[in-house]
Amino acid sequence: MLCAHWSRLRRVSSRSCCATALRSTHSSTRLSSSPERIMKTFCSVWLLLSVVELSPAQEPPLPETAEDMASTGDLEPTHYPARRAAQVALHYLNTRHGSPFRVFGLQQVHKASAEDVEAGGRKYKLDFSVTDWASGSAGPALRCSADVLFPRTERHSAPDVKLRCEALQQINRTVQEEEAFYQKHIPPDSAVSARDIPDSYGNMSEEMQPFWRLARVAASFIMLRESSENTEFNMVQMASVTQQESSEEQLMLEFVVLLHDLPSQEIVQWKLLASWSPDRGVRVLQTEWQPRCPHATKPPN
Amino acid sequence: MRLYLAVFALLAAVHCEELFNGDQVLRINAESEDQIQILKKLERDVDSGVSQPVDIRVPHSSLYAVKDFLKKNNIPFTVIINNVQERLVREREEMVRNAEMESKTKSFNFAAYHDLETIYNFMDTLANHSKLISKVKIGSTYENRSMYVLKFSTGGEKRPAIWIDAGIHAREWISHATAVWLADQIAKDFKENRAPVPSILSKMDIYLMIVANPDGYVFTHRSSNPLYRFWRKSRSATSNPKCHGVDLNRNWDAEFGGPGASDDPCAEDYRGPSAQSEIEVKNIAKFIMSHGNFKSFMTLHSYMQLLMYPYGYIGIDAPDQTELHDVATMSSKALNSWHGTVYKVGSIFHTIDQANGASVDWAYLRGIKYSFAFELRDTGKYGFLLPADQIVSTARETWFALRYIMKYVCDHPY
Repeated sequence: MLCAHWSRLRRVSSRSCCATALRSTHSSTRLSSSPERIMKTFCSVWLLLSVVELSPAQEPPLPETAEDMASTGDLEPTHYPARRAAQVALHYLNTRHGSPFRVFGLQQVHKASAEDVEAGGRKYKLDFSVTDWASGSAGPALRCSADVLFPRTERHSAPDVKLRCEALQQINRTVQEEEAFYQKHIPPDSAVSARDIPDSYGNMSEEMQPFWRLARVAASFIMLRESSENTEFNMVQMASVTQQESSEEQLMLEFVVLLHDLPSQEIVQWKLLASWSPDRGVRVLQTEWQPRCPHATKPPN
Repeated sequence: MRLYLAVFALLAAVHCEELFNGDQVLRINAESEDQIQILKKLERDVDSGVSQPVDIRVPHSSLYAVKDFLKKNNIPFTVIINNVQERLVREREEMVRNAEMESKTKSFNFAAYHDLETIYNFMDTLANHSKLISKVKIGSTYENRSMYVLKFSTGGEKRPAIWIDAGIHAREWISHATAVWLADQIAKDFKENRAPVPSILSKMDIYLMIVANPDGYVFTHRSSNPLYRFWRKSRSATSNPKCHGVDLNRNWDAEFGGPGASDDPCAEDYRGPSAQSEIEVKNIAKFIMSHGNFKSFMTLHSYMQLLMYPYGYIGIDAPDQTELHDVATMSSKALNSWHGTVYKVGSIFHTIDQANGASVDWAYLRGIKYSFAFELRDTGKYGFLLPADQIVSTARETWFALRYIMKYVCDHPY
């Protein structure tokens, strides 16, 4: 019951920074500043009051999310519920197998079904194809299947993904590029720094492409964690990349990424610190949501 | 025939013409070899066989003699052009206009994103050099910029019409860029007599609004800062002094106020204080309603590669669901035939999300049956920042889709 109200609340209260602020409380690893804490308290109280207002006495006149009212059965592959679940599986795939030279995108969903589970969540079963964006339009499509479980809890928690892609091992042809890229930027005097990739006109230099892909892979950790049945995230820009001092032979990169959520159309900004090496892959060490709403405090820059 | 006259015109231009006033061009249909021999006496350059007609220019002073000669020899002829000079002058004027427009539009870089001023200048170029195209001002924006729509018409009085708009969401730059290319392509296809454009324009008018949200578009150009480049809404003041703008595609009078939009002025999908509160939406709605004879309404957005139809506000099927789905499916196949780009087809509600106050619903609820919304390239790799080198191929595949729909609309009057 609460989940239906929650999704209605998201719409009625309109994706305000309050809702996003609350979700960031458990993912931020930095100490909140005083204005941030006040903001969060205010938001909690405000949300609590709104929830009280929407308590079960009233029935919404029309099922506004008729799609996810269906509890069991086959889903239309071209409709958004299947696509959103597939995107979550994609984020998971990229966190495990993405690299500066490999980022996967959804090609299409072939089959999908969903069912409510006893613990109070919804599990999606998906059959879909992905392509590697790094290999351009020439790349082959990979067939994948996944189980995506969206928990239905009072506070948001990350979806759980089980994923199998055929022939994943066979496309491991980027080892040389990864080594070269690593060797080029691991020396202490490497201090890469850039903004707005791609730029307003979609331009991106060859040199920046691996950093942009790394940003996307790192952002996938956040997108995976923040996803629900009511979101559909995509990274639309690497706002900045600043190389930090290498640590334990890992490239250390601080990114600011801009994520676009399709249902709310909001652009959400996250700062994150990630490490990468050919051996260990991408790890995300710190994430911090950056408020872009005018009435929130400015992030430290 | 046109080539013959074009040669005339060229010769006239080159030799700083003698006047051809009162001269006529006669079309002669020789019926036998003998007749051709006779004709050769008349005009040494006659180059024809029995089955082919030949056109000759006859000076005014010789008209009577020549016609008399032809009649006496039973050679059938018709007067093609009654006054060559008049026709030549008009032809030459049009050639000069076309040449100007061609050089201006040839030098226009369609493979680039342009600012508002450049797009407005381009619209002037098209409208000033073509009888087909006129620029119609339908009102002003919140910040007092002109709102223009390009009208493609071969005449008639309020013919059944097709509406296409782009750029209602400022950050979706590929939609404006596609519309610029489309304007040029429609003009080209008409001029070069390429089906189905001439036949569509013989019965219908096309209205193309390249920038439906000029204030927003200008704002996205102000700086590369994401706060500007990713602006979506209009630029009106709201009840919150720190937040501007209304989502123009949630402000229409179509189940306004439902959950498929926000009531928070700071939200990206803020619907506004009331339906049609935004001057931009009011201007377009007023124009279409007072015209009263639109048969199709199509709006271009990005991104996600989707071709959608009503409803957005609710999940039940629209009465014309089956037909709309078929048209959209065939249209997406046409699109796919150009470059292999795959679009998904479905209602707005089911494909993207619930949307209240959307323009496509508004049009459909007003009786404009063939209403569609496009989400152009891509599916998320670049999103709103689609590289400029994809503009022309995106525009061309979109044109394949639009052409299918327009032909269908034209073939299915209601």
